[in-house]
Amino acid sequence: MSAALEINDLRKVYSNGFEALKGISLKVEAGDFYALLGPNGAGKSTTIGVICSLVAKSSGKVSVFGYDIDSHFTEAKQCIGVVPQEFNFNQFEKVLDIVVTQGGYYGLPRRVALERAEKYLRLLDLWDMRDSISRNLSGGMKRRLMIARALVHEPKLLILDEPTAGVDIELRRSMWEFLEKVNANGTTIILTTHYLEEAESLCRNIAIIDSGVIIENTSMKALLRKLTREVFVLDTKATVKDDLQVPGFVTRVIDDHCIETEVDQKQTLNELFECLAEQGITITSMRNKANRLEEMFVSVLNAPAEAGDAA
Amino acid sequence: MNINGQWIAFKTIVYREIRRFMRIWVQTLVPPAITIALYFVIFGNLIGSRIGEMGGFDYMQFVVPGLIMMAIIQNSYANVVSSFFGTKFQRNIEEMLVSPVTEVVILLGYIVGGMARGLAVGAIVTVLALFFTDLTVHNWFVTISMVFLTSIVFSLAGFINAVYAESFDDISIIPTFVLTPMIYLGGVFYSVDLLPDFWAGVSMLNPILYMVNGFRYGILGVSDIGLIQAYAMLVIFVVVGFMFSLYLLTRAERLRT
Repeated sequence: MSAALEINDLRKVYSNGFEALKGISLKVEAGDFYALLGPNGAGKSTTIGVICSLVAKSSGKVSVFGYDIDSHFTEAKQCIGVVPQEFNFNQFEKVLDIVVTQGGYYGLPRRVALERAEKYLRLLDLWDMRDSISRNLSGGMKRRLMIARALVHEPKLLILDEPTAGVDIELRRSMWEFLEKVNANGTTIILTTHYLEEAESLCRNIAIIDSGVIIENTSMKALLRKLTREVFVLDTKATVKDDLQVPGFVTRVIDDHCIETEVDQKQTLNELFECLAEQGITITSMRNKANRLEEMFVSVLNAPAEAGDAA
Repeated sequence: MNINGQWIAFKTIVYREIRRFMRIWVQTLVPPAITIALYFVIFGNLIGSRIGEMGGFDYMQFVVPGLIMMAIIQNSYANVVSSFFGTKFQRNIEEMLVSPVTEVVILLGYIVGGMARGLAVGAIVTVLALFFTDLTVHNWFVTISMVFLTSIVFSLAGFINAVYAESFDDISIIPTFVLTPMIYLGGVFYSVDLLPDFWAGVSMLNPILYMVNGFRYGILGVSDIGLIQAYAMLVIFVVVGFMFSLYLLTRAERLRT
């Protein structure tokens, strides 16, 4: 079976000479839930724009389920549903009309488009708003409307460019659940996001892009295994001294009931708890100081600079 | 996507365009009807009665075909320029660009949308004209073909304007400073026979003169221009306008990044 997406040596040079993509190559297998991460201006949206024909590439090959986007563009486009970063629907149209019209662009007869629109608007809790003018929706509803619109032709590949930006936590989690179901039903999903917790929870494979270059492309598990240290925040039952020292562990006292400890890859949490117990400290709760992927992301992005400093 | 799919996409665009101008009918259908009705009253009835005959007809009869054509031209143009620029401005053009609908289908959809509004306003104005004068059609084929070709030409012109426009000012400059003078000097209100030779020659460079006179021939059977010249001019504008619009849409350098 063809890969859901295959990109070979993709380059994009804008008319002002800025090189947004410097020959990236990627392969996303069918059925995957794939994260494309990178700092602002790294080239994520340009990559998505090229896949969706919104950005003209300078060179390279892109194929979607085996269809080259240049020679078989209608077949390739039929496979793709896209949820862009910015709201790009007609602000004066009704919610239902927006979704049904999009179905029409993909050749769905009106009856089928109406059925599909109802299905996805109900799944995304927007059915009651179907006759509302889209500009009157809340930010979260607008995001969900764009997802419903992208799904109306039931694409095999769904691309979401920061779909949960500006969405509250509760809604974000319900959108995660929805996307997991869509993926479980066989739709390949590519996601860009700034919420690394989102990528870690949802995605099985990941690429990190920086300055138009792919600097990591691996499975989420393999990437997280590279994490050399984690920082934990521990709440203590009793008061701790300001000058607390835990042998073998870098420890900082945050306040009289809270400490922060670094645990590297060679150490275990058992060793940490033993050291703390020896000092009569009882832990009531613990958590990661930062999301693990966030730590990895920062270390991967900083790696070239640190290597340069070392040299 | 097969031909059937493209046909559905085409119908979708046309339906969306018609829905758009019908939704805002107070802005799109009523004002041109009022404006043209005022022309009928002022130029046709009040002033026209003192002008006497023109081209062998009383002035009201003479001016009606021109005013109907003026409404068709302005509204075909206005529909496409405002709709396509709005689509560009709100970026919902991306909905079409990411879909498998071809550029030819997108362009045809906008043209038919522009024609629909032009013909709708043309029909309203024709009905209004019947309150002021008797209308008989001299040649149905010429009348209908002139209406269709003219509305295609000005739908295409509106499309080209919208592609190049970068602000709302840009979509009003051409209608105000180019289209309106061309219409007024295009034989809507007078016969070019009234002009001195030099200005009559200059008028021949105005494509609207051919459209108005072609349509007037269809209604009244009189024209300042030969019918073949008028058709030739229209067909050239349709073909060149369509190819250029398609080129702009296919390259889409102003629509894509």
